[in-house]
Amino acid sequence: MIPHQFDYAAPKSLDEALKAIADGAKPLSGGMSLVPMMKLRLAAPDRVVDLARLKELSYVREEGSALHVGATTIHYDVESSAAVKSKCPLLAETAGFIGDVQIRNMGTMGGSVAHNDPSADYPAALQALEAKIVLKGANGERTVSAADFFVDTFTTSLEEGEIVREVVVPVEAAGTGTSYAKVLQPASGFAIVGIAVRVRKSGGKISMARIGVTGLANCSYRATAAEKALEGTAGSDADIQAAAALVAQGADANSDLHASAEYRTHLAKVHAGRAIKAALGKTA
Amino acid sequence: MATTTIIKKHEPSIGKRLRRKEDPRLITGTATYVEDLQMPGMHYAMVVRSPHGAANIKSIDTSAAAAMPGVAAIFTGKDILHIAGVPCGASLPGLRVPDHKILAQDRVYFVGHPVAVVVATDKYVARDAADAIEVDYDVLQAVADPEKALAPGAPAVHPQWPDNTAFTFHQEGGDIEKAFKEADVIVKERIVSQRLIPSAMEPRGVVASWHAAEKSLTLYTSTQVPHLVRTLIAQMLGIDENRVRVVAPEVGGGFGSKLNVYAEEALMSFVSMKIGKPVKWIESRRENFLTTIHGRGHVDYYEVAAKKDGTILGIKVKLIQDLGSYHQLLTPAIPTLSVLMLPGLYRSKNMSADIIGVFTNCVPTDAYRGAGRPEATHGIERMVDILAAELKMDPAEIRLKNFIRNEEFPFPTATGLIYDTGDYAAPLRKALETVNYTELRKEQAEARKQGRLMGIGICTYGEICAMGPSPATPAGGWESATVKIEPSGKVTVMTGVSPHGQGEETTFSQIAADALGIDVEDILVQHGDTAIVQYGIGTFGSRATAVGGAALHFALQEIITKIKKFGAMLLETEDITYSDGQCTCNKTGKSISIKEIAGAAYRAMKLPANTEPGLVATYFWEPPNFTFPFGAHIMVSEVEKETGNISIKRYVAIDDCGNVLNPLIVDGQVHGGVAQGLGQALWEQAVYDDNGQLVTGEFTDYTMPRAHMMPWIESGHTVTPTPVNPLGVKGVGEAGTIGASPAAVNSVVDALSPLGVRHIDMPMTPEKIWKLVNGRNA
Ligand SMILES: Cc1cc2nc3c(=O)[nH]c(=O)nc-3n(C[C@H](O)[C@H](O)[C@H](O)COP(=O)(O)OP(=O)(O)OC[C@H]3O[C@@H](n4cnc5c(N)ncnc54)[C@H](O)[C@@H]3O)c2cc1C
Repeated sequence: MIPHQFDYAAPKSLDEALKAIADGAKPLSGGMSLVPMMKLRLAAPDRVVDLARLKELSYVREEGSALHVGATTIHYDVESSAAVKSKCPLLAETAGFIGDVQIRNMGTMGGSVAHNDPSADYPAALQALEAKIVLKGANGERTVSAADFFVDTFTTSLEEGEIVREVVVPVEAAGTGTSYAKVLQPASGFAIVGIAVRVRKSGGKISMARIGVTGLANCSYRATAAEKALEGTAGSDADIQAAAALVAQGADANSDLHASAEYRTHLAKVHAGRAIKAALGKTA
Repeated sequence: MATTTIIKKHEPSIGKRLRRKEDPRLITGTATYVEDLQMPGMHYAMVVRSPHGAANIKSIDTSAAAAMPGVAAIFTGKDILHIAGVPCGASLPGLRVPDHKILAQDRVYFVGHPVAVVVATDKYVARDAADAIEVDYDVLQAVADPEKALAPGAPAVHPQWPDNTAFTFHQEGGDIEKAFKEADVIVKERIVSQRLIPSAMEPRGVVASWHAAEKSLTLYTSTQVPHLVRTLIAQMLGIDENRVRVVAPEVGGGFGSKLNVYAEEALMSFVSMKIGKPVKWIESRRENFLTTIHGRGHVDYYEVAAKKDGTILGIKVKLIQDLGSYHQLLTPAIPTLSVLMLPGLYRSKNMSADIIGVFTNCVPTDAYRGAGRPEATHGIERMVDILAAELKMDPAEIRLKNFIRNEEFPFPTATGLIYDTGDYAAPLRKALETVNYTELRKEQAEARKQGRLMGIGICTYGEICAMGPSPATPAGGWESATVKIEPSGKVTVMTGVSPHGQGEETTFSQIAADALGIDVEDILVQHGDTAIVQYGIGTFGSRATAVGGAALHFALQEIITKIKKFGAMLLETEDITYSDGQCTCNKTGKSISIKEIAGAAYRAMKLPANTEPGLVATYFWEPPNFTFPFGAHIMVSEVEKETGNISIKRYVAIDDCGNVLNPLIVDGQVHGGVAQGLGQALWEQAVYDDNGQLVTGEFTDYTMPRAHMMPWIESGHTVTPTPVNPLGVKGVGEAGTIGASPAAVNSVVDALSPLGVRHIDMPMTPEKIWKLVNGRNA
């Protein structure tokens, strides 16, 4: 488990880092995905630039009706942040499901979203939260929605020379209930499926439903058919089941040693039902 | 010199939950493993390995690698022709033994097969250079499944043996024909014990250092059997055995996977001889998955004949053993242990077993915790449940009915063993009481009414331990111990076993402390270095305490005899007693301490008649028989219909390993064993695809049980000492593993039995269970 030779730099500022990245260096954040890939020689960058030491990228900030999470914020900080727990509990709950304690103490928001593992947890929550991903390159910044950012397996809309600077999620309005349900792949701990749900009720009816799905297919997605089916209903068990049954609609389910496409799809439906029910339970 | 001192009464340490002496260095990270060794001039080796399950090697181009700065040498198959092949210690009639060269010749037989070795001044250079070696392969069709390998027209693993059969073996006892003819009922089942990856926490590693002037080799290797490695490496390389020193430094687990001699041990020795420098090779986890032996790999076809009342009349099995591509040290012998274990705890004297040993394009299988016995126990304990279900009998009752009776010991089995002692009903009754069996069955009936799938699984297992009488083993089955009372009175014990996690530094200290009547802390146990320790066999087959501890017992008896001679001389009396670390004159009450006696024995101003100076005794002990531990495990489970998830509600392990020297250590052995047994039952599987690629080649896909997946283990004991050794101990290293997998599968099958499920192969993944629950093809 020895990587190819590479150069390592830990710049003092983001601008310096961006310059190096523009010159072809590979960003390194928590290293929990990149380093294993380098050790297995699946990745062989000549140069890595360590972003994790840039304190300016590690933060959780509340600005107006949004929370801004800096790219190098470790999973543990998201999981345990009082602001995230109270203002955007879905994100904190999801962070708590990532890997184990060691992974959560090293791995970062920016690294996870940039890596876009099809079984990663954050993407489900970020889809449901309709999060914004703020990208920065040597030539400036742009903001893309989670739906546009997560493109395909290990593929995002990041362009050459760009990094993820921060992720912006909404401060949940009162009465919103959220929940994340995950089936762990028993060996790796990644998601066989992960279902993130946000619901709001008004006047006894579900006025808003957002469902993000990870692990099931090549890329995370929003289960819009299930959302639509849920909205406008009273959220009875039958309503939940009907909506959950649609969660895999249009998805081309993955199949591997740990779960066939059929079983994975079934688990997605079961856990969508459970997550919706749990989220509804928190709307009061 | 003799004084009358206040005697400090020795408090027996045996039976106490003493903390392990070896733990402080382990938990403070100060233990020395092979990887920690540094030597002046040390070079680093990387092994280039086959990426294919089967291929011809057309050419190897080492020029680019050789030109890299820091690369000292590269060797390929043509360089090692003079070195004998990796040894197979098992002999069976008609056994086909492929020539197992330490580097591939013109063909590779499994993914991971060593093809070349690169040596460099640092490991990073060596790793890059390994990638720069170009091997041109002509890829051939591989076969990775033993039953497919037996099918007509299958690709031949070794072209000279197109039927892929390494051996067949038949053993029978009693009158199996008659048993089956007289049967009211015959139950049959195909039972798989899947391939497993032993996954010791420390992978293998070797440091070889050749001293040209002395023509001597020092080999540090992570092994369970340093003396056997010494003998066999000396033979392979043609070095004088007395000039080979093998050291097993701290060894981070083995589970049987380090009961072997591996190509890399000989290869690094060869490299060091060639370059005249010490060479280090540390196995990566990926290499460990691909090239260290695997365990299990059985497809077994069982038939059990019985009477209507549940009496078992006979057992028949056809056992297909996936051997992999080569024989490692004991590969073909492992399934013969399954055959020996076949009768289990039951009285039936009729049995018939056929083994087919099959070559596949996979890494060899060999001993893995339990080695042959878990496979047999799994089979027999499943069959007993299947029989009980067929006859609508309670699984506890059918076992009690068929157990060998206490008065029948020593019991000669249908497979030619003589079971030493047993009280098989005792641990079962205790386990049933612990779970409150009658109530539990009521609870289960209630659960079933509510549509819940609750299961109670019982396994009553036997074992063959304390390997073993020499005639029954490939390399000798005795063990050795030396006791040295140093001039200061401190005691050094040197044992021929090679502990690597079992805690014998503690238990052997207890044995010595109690025999000598001194403090456990006054004893140091040394092992694992052939330059320090007299020849020994090593640690495996739950033998270390039952055979090595017995050798120590006899060495202690000898040393006490000598201590008493000196004591008698110094106290000027013949009438003495040795206890509490002193010799005491029975008439005068005058006493003299072991410390004073040791001083006098080495100072040798005066010697007792016919007695030489010093206080050292060495004992080689040959056991008269194996020992046969037993026990009962019960697992209570519940299956979630919607997802197929299994939750373990209770796990009870009642083991009888004879006398218990240190309950803390015994519990630890049981807990670890249960974890591995549940690992097999629920999660672990080495999966090869049809090209011989290991699909579960990393911990990301090979599911090792982890702490959060474990149930609370309620462990307890019954104690039936063995007369085979003076300590009355039977061995406990493998018990947990053997008991756990049948208890788990029996439990889940019991949960699913209302749906007509009768057998489930391991691992019982949630998907498999979900499919069974939902009537889909599993
Ligand atoms: C044993 C284990 C278990 C795990 N379990 C889970 C799990 O259950 N769920 C889960 O979601 N994840 C899991 N992970 C992955 C973990 O969450 C990683 O931390 C995460 O995927 C990557 O984050 P990182 O900060 O470590 O990124 P790195 O590994 O440093 O980088 C990953 C990739 O992103 C790029 N990158 C990093 N930061 C940026 C940036 N700011 N902008 C642009 N590109 C960037 C890197 O160049 C690299 O390509 C696990 C990892 C391990 C090792």
